[in-house]
Formats: sequence, C-alpha cells, structure tokens
Amino acid sequence: MRIEQHPVLEFRRGKKIKFTFDGKEYVGYEGETIAAALHAAGIRVMRESPVLHRPRGLFCAIGNCSSCLMTVNGEPNVRICVEKLRPGMVVESQKGKGVVYAAGN
Amino acid sequence: MQQEISFVEIAVIGGGPAGLCAALEAANAGARVILLDRQDRLGGQLIKQTHRFFGSRSHRASERGINIAAELTGQVISHPLIEALTGATVFGFYEDGVLGVEQEGRVFYLKPSRVIVATGASEKNLAFPNNDLPGIYGAGAVQTLVNVYGILPGKRVLMVGAGNIGVIVSYQLLQAGMEVAAIVEAAPRIGAYWVHAAKVRRAGVPIYTSHTIKRAYGEQEVEEAVIWQLDEQGQPVPGTEKDFAVDTICLSVGLSPLVELLAQAGCRLAYVPQLGGHVPLRDANLQTTVPGVYVAGDAAGVEEASAAMMEGALAGLHAAYSLGYGRAGYEDRRRELQHQLDSLRSGPVGEKIRTGLARVLAG
Ligand SMILES: Cc1cc2nc3c(=O)[nH]c(=O)nc-3n(C[C@H](O)[C@H](O)[C@H](O)COP(=O)(O)OP(=O)(O)OC[C@H]3O[C@@H](n4cnc5c(N)ncnc54)[C@H](O)[C@@H]3O)c2cc1C
Ligand code: FES
Repeated sequence: MRIEQHPVLEFRRGKKIKFTFDGKEYVGYEGETIAAALHAAGIRVMRESPVLHRPRGLFCAIGNCSSCLMTVNGEPNVRICVEKLRPGMVVESQKGKGVVYAAGN
Repeated sequence: MQQEISFVEIAVIGGGPAGLCAALEAANAGARVILLDRQDRLGGQLIKQTHRFFGSRSHRASERGINIAAELTGQVISHPLIEALTGATVFGFYEDGVLGVEQEGRVFYLKPSRVIVATGASEKNLAFPNNDLPGIYGAGAVQTLVNVYGILPGKRVLMVGAGNIGVIVSYQLLQAGMEVAAIVEAAPRIGAYWVHAAKVRRAGVPIYTSHTIKRAYGEQEVEEAVIWQLDEQGQPVPGTEKDFAVDTICLSVGLSPLVELLAQAGCRLAYVPQLGGHVPLRDANLQTTVPGVYVAGDAAGVEEASAAMMEGALAGLHAAYSLGYGRAGYEDRRRELQHQLDSLRSGPVGEKIRTGLARVLAG
C-alpha cells in the first residue's frame, strides 16, 4: 500500500511505468525498485524455494540476503529489492534455482 | 579473455557515513578517490533515518540521519578529486588486490593502491518455526520500504526487539499509518533510549520484556504470531503464550558486519560478539592485517553513525598519508579524530564497544 500522507516525509514519485508480474499488468513508478512496486500492489510472495518449495519474500531489502530472487526479462536470480523497475519489464515468480544456461544457447 | 584493469589511488567500497567520510578525508588531503556503492543513492543506512538521532554528546545528536546523508553526499559529489559510482557492486576482492565491479550489467576491474572497505552490516535473523514466511522482514528492510519508497508492507506488525532500532522503526511505522500490535524483547529491560520508548508507549503500543516469538503461522504469508515468556534463565515458559493476528513481523535482533570482501582479501578476522560477529583485526589507523586494506564503520564492528564517520575519516586520512599526501598537519588531524572517537566511546555506554575493540586492535 502506498503512503499518501506522512508527518515528516514527502514522497516525490517519478513517472508511471507499466510492467507485468506473472502475466498480469501492473503500474509502478520510475525510480523505485521492483520490490517496492510489487509491495505497493500487495504482492509479497516472490518465489518458491528450490528444495522444500516454501514461499519466499523480502527479508533485507538492500541486496544482502538473496531471499527475493525472481526472474526478470527471462533472467533468473535477480535481486528485485535492488533492481530498479523499468518500462515493460516482465517479472515472474521464480520456482527452483532458475536456468541460466539453456541447451542451444 | 583480455580484461582491462584500471589503476587507481584509493578505492572506497560503500557510500554510507563511513565511506563518505573516508573519501572526503582522503581527497581533502590531495589523494584521488573512487567511491563505489551498489545502491543508486549515496548515504547508506542514513537515507532512511527520519528520526532525530540518538547520538553521543555533541556529535550530531538530534539531527536527522537523512539530512546528514544529504550534506555529506553533496560534498562528495562536488569534490574534484572524488569519482562516485552508484549502482556499482564490488563482487570480488582478489588475492592480487584487484577489485571486480559490476555496474548495470557492465563488469570492470580496478587495481587500487589502497582500499577502504566500508560495506556496513546486515540484519540478523532469528530461529523460530516459519521464520521464512513472506511478511517477515528485518526492521531495516521495512524502514527502507516505508521511508525511502513510501510503501507499507502490511497493516499490522509485531516487532521483535526493543533496542533502539526496533523501537524507532516501530514509531516510524505508526507515523506512516501501520498498526503496531506489540514489541517483544527477550531481555528483562528495554534496550532503547527512554525518549523513543516513551513515544511508542504513549501511542498505546505494549512492550513485552522477557518475551520472545515462539512461532509464526500462515500458508503463503504471515497471518499470526505467537509469543511466550522467558524465565530468568532465558527458557520459554509453556502456558504463557499470546497470539497476535498480524500480517507483518519485523526482526530487530542485531546486525552483523559485512566482511566477505575483507575475508576474500585475506584479512585476519576474529569472532567478537560485542562488535556483532566476525570482524577484521586492525590497527589504530583502521588498517587490517593486509597492508593497504582498511576497514571502517559497521563493517569494522556494529556501532553507530558518528563512530562510523570518524573511523572513515581516520582510515581515509591514513590511506592518503601513506601515499604521500597530507603530510602537513597530519599528526594534529589524526590526534583530533582519535580524540573525538575516544570521547564518543567513553563512559558506560561505550563499555561494550571498548571491550570488543580490545580484542581486535593490534599495533
Ligand atoms: C533503523 C536504524 C536506526 C538507526 N538509528 C541511528 C541513530 O539514531 N543514530 C546513529 O548514530 N546511528 C543509527 N543507526 C546506525 C547507523 O545507521 C549505522 O551505524 C551507520 O549507517 C553505519 O555506517 P556505515 O557507513 O558503516 O554503513 P552503511 O550505512 O550500512 O553503508 C554501507 C554502504 O555500503 C554499500 N555496500 C555494501 N556492500 C557493497 C558492495 N559489495 N559493493 C558496493 N557497495 C556496497 C551499501 O550499499 C551501503 O550504502 C541506525 C541504524 C538503523 C538500521
Ligand atoms: S531481500 Fe535481501 S537480497 Fe533482496
């Protein structure tokens, strides 16, 4: 949920940007991370752990812990808490470890 | 594959208060500095500190962290001898002293004559069933979402830890419009300064001391948290459980220094609980056991922002001096900085840090 009024801070949001998450279209703002845009839309589950298939979300939000890995524009294991949102990004929840090398590449 | 390596005088890794002050001190002495930070805003943890600082004596106490960050960042960016690269992650520190850097998909290598590592710290987790559910965050993570991006992670939160960070973040979440169900603290006493604790108590938030979290419940995300009491030996007391319907749990149970790059560089580390975990051995100039490699700030031991700034300045000063810069006035400046740092750490508040430092200071 986005904060509209705050006693100390003023949030200057950038231009609106469209992106998709698991095939559905969403809107975020320029300058924010993918994690911020997903949280604003109420999405907190980012991936499924490789072995026990547990849901995973954000933990540190500064790129330290790798809890938030997702597939972005086809590239797996992107730390979306530090990756900025860009127009037209295709964001997908990641299952397992992600395939970096596909046969034929 | 042929890789190009750039030679630089001083590289500072991390643009928090420690790194910013290190860069400024070294550049003011005349050295050329490259400052690297993986975020795209300089300032480190300070960019989310909207509260008036708890601080020691005159050292910027009662200023807001965001303002300190803005001031230092301005000086760094306009300094002719500092090149500041943001969005630039240092991913490797090789044996031959080469740093690997990634910036927006581009990879390049630097061979600095001196390196100052000011990478800060990472938040600790806590072991309890379901501690991996989405909706459970480090308190700093929630602070980033709320204070930097203006986004609430949920509606109702349980805060674990009543130290300064836990209590301050609780208050900031209230300010931002979240409901704080309770704060739990394993110790028998609240660790935070009383001014901050009083604010959340006035807002009606209960603080349960001698309590900890027992487990979280939820299918895909957190839906409920259970806490229980701890006896004098710190053992949980069955039958004292309390349930809270919350969609968010914040853990504020300490930080541990980020020392991976120092470990890669071959710096000797020691486990020192008073400083937050593994930290490098260093001398009074913050030089580690690898000549030319320095550490400063939370990476050297979890403390607070003023200490980070002074350690950064000391490291920057010495790094520049060892390259032949800033010879005039060096001793005076060094003594002045050391004196400020010592006075910051004096008295009962600094006791823990002093004990920890005694175990890592050599030479
Ligand atoms: C919630 C909270 C409240 C606080 N309140 C206060 C207060 O009131 N008063 C006070 O004095 N202190 C306070 N502190 C503590 C203070 O913020 C820290 O002690 C201080 O920021 C430490 O400075 P630093 O420069 O060592 O690290 P940081 O500020 O953490 O900066 C480290 C920087 O290094 C960068 N980095 C890390 N790894 C890499 C890499 N591999 N490549 C490139 N860049 C990297 C990071 O992006 C970051 O910008 C608070 C901290 C928190 C979390
Ligand atoms: S949440 Fe920790 S790396 Fe993204």
